[in-house]
Amino acid sequence: MIRSITRQKSEEEVDRLLDGSGRVFIIGCGTCTTLTRTGGEPEVRAMKGRLTDQGKLVTGEMVLPVACDNITGEALEEYSHQIDQADALLIMTCAFGVQTIARQLKKIVVPALDTLFIGKENGVGTFDEICTQCGTCILGETGGICPVTSCHKGLVNGPCGGTNNGKCEIDPEKDCAWTLIYNRLKELDRLDSVRILQKPRNHQGEPSPGKFKF
Amino acid sequence: MVSSFKEALESGKFVVTSEVAPPKGINLEKMRHHIELLKDKVDAMNVTDHQSSVMRFPSLGGVLMVKEMGGEPILQMTCRDRNRLALQADLLFAASRGVHNVLCLTGDSVVLGDHREAKGVFDLDSSQLLAAIRRLEKGKDLGGNDLDGSVSFCAGAIVTPEANPIEPQLIKFEKKIEAGAEFIQTQAVYDLDNFKKFMDYARKFPVKILAGIILLTSAPMARFMNKNVAGVNVPQELIDEMASAPKGRALEKGIEIAGRMVKRIRDEKMCDGVHIMAIGREELVPDIISAAGLS
Repeated sequence: MIRSITRQKSEEEVDRLLDGSGRVFIIGCGTCTTLTRTGGEPEVRAMKGRLTDQGKLVTGEMVLPVACDNITGEALEEYSHQIDQADALLIMTCAFGVQTIARQLKKIVVPALDTLFIGKENGVGTFDEICTQCGTCILGETGGICPVTSCHKGLVNGPCGGTNNGKCEIDPEKDCAWTLIYNRLKELDRLDSVRILQKPRNHQGEPSPGKFKF
Repeated sequence: MVSSFKEALESGKFVVTSEVAPPKGINLEKMRHHIELLKDKVDAMNVTDHQSSVMRFPSLGGVLMVKEMGGEPILQMTCRDRNRLALQADLLFAASRGVHNVLCLTGDSVVLGDHREAKGVFDLDSSQLLAAIRRLEKGKDLGGNDLDGSVSFCAGAIVTPEANPIEPQLIKFEKKIEAGAEFIQTQAVYDLDNFKKFMDYARKFPVKILAGIILLTSAPMARFMNKNVAGVNVPQELIDEMASAPKGRALEKGIEIAGRMVKRIRDEKMCDGVHIMAIGREELVPDIISAAGLS
């Protein structure tokens, strides 16, 4: 399952964004931000407590089942009275949820989280970014490991000079994608596929913003 | 037009290159001083490109200064800060000003430098930049369009002979040669027996190899590099030798060691030359050259 991975903004930033909004309605999400513990019920409750302590009036709070779903509009209607009373909506969902809600309501939306990446869950509470939806997939030549995503520089022709002991120059906790790719292809006896000089990537596989219709 | 550096590489002589680093700001006096000291002592000098992702005076400006002062410059170009349009445009500009030597680098991450929130570009990588140069020489840009006027370059790249693991590094090394690298300046080597093993492999390829020599300035500096610089391995006996220097004489010891290494590389014909890096102490490079018996 893929998840939208988020991190709570600093209290200072949330306070700045809510400056001038005395009455706030808080919205969390029962899916990704619940799993990452950034915008589920406990986090929404804690936020309510913090804002109340600051003297703000929390007109209400809710945790949508799936904030990015099209039925979010109907779910919000149940709370329309409390939402109407608020100066701003403080949203503890990922940016997909924030924008879904913003389209439904004529209210200022304030994100309480930063959306980091679309992650694959690898064990409880651990998520890794393994695809950035670049639109020009080369997994067939790299042993099923994406260097566009897993290499910090997105290099498609092998490692940079900063790799050290199989780790990345920016963080010894991050694996060097090209060491992983090398090991995988060696095991499969297919190193020939990374000996081919890859042409410059097409960065416009799907010119941003992406649009799809079948 | 063939650059004098390319002629030196092809002459079979033992080639010596060094480097100068542009300043942060426009006070160019120190760089001018280093160029003056080095221009007649080395076959060419690299001008670094926002080294370690620290914003500085541009390498393009530095190579023009080397040229104006009668030296032979090598333009370092990283792929970190420019997309393919900007890289090609800068190559055209360099060629128009008689700068023909280019060292193609991927570039350090921006998060290691002094503008940590900047966007790292990496539209091309070092091997693709080499291929782009060869394409420009054929009169075409990367968009497939014709160029008005011809260009020629002497293009090179780097390799880290002590990388761990080494195999992915060697695959990339071979791709760089396939893409058109004529010369390779290596990351610093200190264990010359290891380097000889690397050369047993590298000699099979049609490329000139210049061994990287970084001046050791103290035992703690050597330990720091071992801990923090990818692919650098200063053997314990060299660290001990640095530590054995009398107080205040460590730099002399470092020059002696660097000179000794250059001499051995040359005497044993390990490779085609050396690339001497003094990291901010470029004024000492002539002393290393003398210590090696090359002047």
